[in-house]
Amino acid sequence: MFPPLQDLYRIAPEIVLCFFGILIMLIDPFVPAGRKRSMGWLAFVGTLVALASLRFMFTHLGSAYSGLLRVDVFSLFVHGIVIVVAALAILGSFDYLDHENIQRGEYYALLLFATAGMGILASANELITAFVGLEISSISTYILVGFRRTVLKSNESSLKYFLLGSFATAFFLYGIALTYGATRSTRFEAINQAIAAHGSGALLILGLGLIFVGLGFKVVAAPFQIYTPDVYEGAPTPVTAVLACGPKAAAFAVMLRIFYSAFGNASHIWFWAIWVSAVLTMCIGNFAALVQSNVKRLLAYSSIAHAGYILVAFVAASEIGVAAVLFYLAAYAAMTLGAFLIVAHVGGTGERRLDVADYAGLGTNQPWVAACFSLFLLSLLGLPATAGFLGKFYAFSAAVDQRIVWLVVIAAINSVIGAYYYLKVIVAMYFWEPNKEWTPSPMHAPMFIVLLLTAIGTIYLGILPDRVMQWAIASAQSLH
Amino acid sequence: MDGALVANQGYLLTVLTFFPLLGTFALLLLKGDDHVWIRRLTLVTSIIEFILSLLLLRGFDISTGSYQLQEIYDWIPSLHIHYHMGIDGISLFLVILTTFLTPLAVLCSWNSIHEHVKEFFAMLLVLEMGMVGVFCSLDLFLFFLFWEVMLIPMYFLIGIWGHGRKIYAALKFILYTMLGSILMLVAILWLSRVSGTFDLVAIQSMLSSGQISLSWHTELLMFLAFMLAFAIKVPLFPLHTWLPDAHTEAPTAGSVILAGVLLKMGTYGMLRFCLPLFPEAAHRAAPVIAVLAIIGIVYAALVAMVQHDLKRLVAYTSVSHLGFVVLGIFVFNPVAMEGAIYQMLNHGVSTGMLFLVCGMLYDRRHTYEIKEFGGLLKPMPILCAFFLFACLSSLALPMLNGFIGEFMILIGVFDSHHFAWASWAATGAILSAVYLLWAYQRVAMEKVTVEKNEKLPDATPRERLILIVASLVILFMGIFSPMFTHRMDATTTALLQQVSNKGGYQVGALRSRPAPHASAVASSAHELALRSVSLERQARP
Repeated sequence: MFPPLQDLYRIAPEIVLCFFGILIMLIDPFVPAGRKRSMGWLAFVGTLVALASLRFMFTHLGSAYSGLLRVDVFSLFVHGIVIVVAALAILGSFDYLDHENIQRGEYYALLLFATAGMGILASANELITAFVGLEISSISTYILVGFRRTVLKSNESSLKYFLLGSFATAFFLYGIALTYGATRSTRFEAINQAIAAHGSGALLILGLGLIFVGLGFKVVAAPFQIYTPDVYEGAPTPVTAVLACGPKAAAFAVMLRIFYSAFGNASHIWFWAIWVSAVLTMCIGNFAALVQSNVKRLLAYSSIAHAGYILVAFVAASEIGVAAVLFYLAAYAAMTLGAFLIVAHVGGTGERRLDVADYAGLGTNQPWVAACFSLFLLSLLGLPATAGFLGKFYAFSAAVDQRIVWLVVIAAINSVIGAYYYLKVIVAMYFWEPNKEWTPSPMHAPMFIVLLLTAIGTIYLGILPDRVMQWAIASAQSLH
Repeated sequence: MDGALVANQGYLLTVLTFFPLLGTFALLLLKGDDHVWIRRLTLVTSIIEFILSLLLLRGFDISTGSYQLQEIYDWIPSLHIHYHMGIDGISLFLVILTTFLTPLAVLCSWNSIHEHVKEFFAMLLVLEMGMVGVFCSLDLFLFFLFWEVMLIPMYFLIGIWGHGRKIYAALKFILYTMLGSILMLVAILWLSRVSGTFDLVAIQSMLSSGQISLSWHTELLMFLAFMLAFAIKVPLFPLHTWLPDAHTEAPTAGSVILAGVLLKMGTYGMLRFCLPLFPEAAHRAAPVIAVLAIIGIVYAALVAMVQHDLKRLVAYTSVSHLGFVVLGIFVFNPVAMEGAIYQMLNHGVSTGMLFLVCGMLYDRRHTYEIKEFGGLLKPMPILCAFFLFACLSSLALPMLNGFIGEFMILIGVFDSHHFAWASWAATGAILSAVYLLWAYQRVAMEKVTVEKNEKLPDATPRERLILIVASLVILFMGIFSPMFTHRMDATTTALLQQVSNKGGYQVGALRSRPAPHASAVASSAHELALRSVSLERQARP
């Protein structure tokens, strides 16, 4: 039976992304080796078309495929984040792939497939669908992480990510099974009703716990964050940028849906689990980052810490909390994407320049790159008038609103600890003597545009956040 | 929401706040090696800014204690955040102090900055924007924004253009301050949860009308959260350890701004937030804070005495003098409070001038070691004369500005029957004469001990201009103090009323208040005698 047309509209972005991904795979063998970049442009066009196709989603809000998917403002918001991240990452990858000699079409195709998977995650309204989305995005990213085939480190991190990721998804699947056993449904509303009617037994709690393990792995919540620094460090830097923004956003989205829509009536069970996880995540991320001298690794730990801040908003379990999580994800995507792409730019061929010392004097050599990087770092640090601050502010205020004050105090102190390592990089860029023997390569147009856009985004969300906040609030309201 | 009902009264404060930012953008358009025009543009910007700030005086109504020249717009409606600006008798002169010191800071860095000139002056202007913004914002979110943003240019000023252990000092400065203010952020969030707005005026009126109330436990915690941020900034003993490093390693302009304006933000914050929002907690905590302030006064004075680095010595004087201000605030007496506000201005100008002189010495000898100087009076009489003048102003010689402030604070403390506090604080005033005059003696008098010093050039016309302007202001503030204090009257009265109503404090002191200026002049003879004794003691070999 052919699905009704409205349902196709509701997955329009996924269709577009997959179409372009398959198209690239088909054309790629016929494109000569020197001109593979055209595949990148094709993928970029694909993401733009996908972005435009959000319009169809918007005009056809509602559930699709007999309730497997639920297309609402929430799903639109997350779609927006992951597709924009993909588009910018594609632009930011051109130079990197060139100088690493891995400019190939399947890179872009995989990126598009991963994004499609994240899109499904954002709309999923049922556990199996969520699992399918998770797998699509995960498997694509496993390959992307190991895309530098000749580099041992990249292979190692790919294998690590694959093995641990498979375990995590297995836990997730097992959790689904147990939940199904306890509630006789995999649909979110049905699960919630079952919990309301029959309460939560041991089976359900176990299922919920296993689901949290699976998703905690994807959003890098402690204690499931162990893999992050190694995987982030070994992956090609533009892929790391995507990993830190896209899959994390999608995983948080589905986690919000599962915990609020499906397990909303069991919030007393998961409240303390997530509270503790938030504290651990923040502290581990920040304290470990303090001693890093490798900037890429430092940012990896910082991304753990930020997952912790997002969890603070998550704990709030209110409409503002959901809005704060979404806003944070958008803000985090803007600044982190920019930061990692600068790491890719400075890293140079073979990613040899990753140490803090390699950033010495960047403020003199490439003042604009240094200024942008400072902006991103200050935003990650949470300086007012940047996206990062508004994200934290919103998250903290959501938690305070629910009288979760001590968690916020811990988070606030953590954010000052974080200031130390972000400033360390700024110190190197501006206060240290310029590195005489080596200067970063000049920057090309696509990368420049990406940095410009992310920088504008970071400032825009920091000074005039209201529009995006309104969307986030509308998304949060649509969740119920 | 009360605040939202206020009509906008012009755009002056917005213009004043963001005009330096405009100057920054203009600077960025200039070529990096065009040092002459970069300096000129910055100077012109900062002077125009100063003139603009004088317009505040014209529009300021001295009869009312409420906020004036208010501007209020919706900014982030989803979070109930407004863009709300306004000034009162407390912030009026602090804004003018900021805009006054910035051109001086620009002038004093004219020839002493050689690297990254454009960035230096851009940072200075951004810093000015932040400082003016802090003093003008009436929305807690907006205040916090300026409060934190301002740290970054200062951090760069110290870290890039400072000397010695500049990176250490810069990091210490910024981390210390951030750690202090982060709990204030949590308190702000809680306050907005309770009241549903970030608007200071609205929250204040809700609190005083009893529309919202805080349990004493909450109030105390929030008071402490705010107070920690401000006490670090002031800095109040024992949180002062960042200050000597930051001051010493900063470039001259940085030290001037740091001592002149940034420290005042701490005391300003106490007046603006701690007292009116948490009056009961303020009363409870007052004895502890006052004692800490007095320890700071005496301790910092003693430490200053044994410094062998001139700039570090001046830095410690700040801790000592700011102790007076904090003491003046926390005795809840109108004279003392007005004296505290006035002393904030005085300290800004006179310590600023001391730092300027230090910077000029540094430009010549590239050291602050006191033993490297000696007998400077001979090669550069003019510079030394101004140095002495700055010292005298700082140690509160009658006729000069410092005297009025310190005197009012001491009178006020006596007036509220805290005799022990007043006497201890007074020893600080005496000690200040000791360390400053002793420092002057070692730097300027006796014989030239280091050969290099014999041919040092005296003050250049540019330096003379800076010093003359500063001296004139010091003299003016010493003689025409009512011109300043009567603009603060209404605000201090209103503030104390607010604090007293809540804290169950006797308002009687309000009526018996002596005219500050008259009493200051009347008792100046006594004070003079006190000074001459300590002078004499110093003169003896």
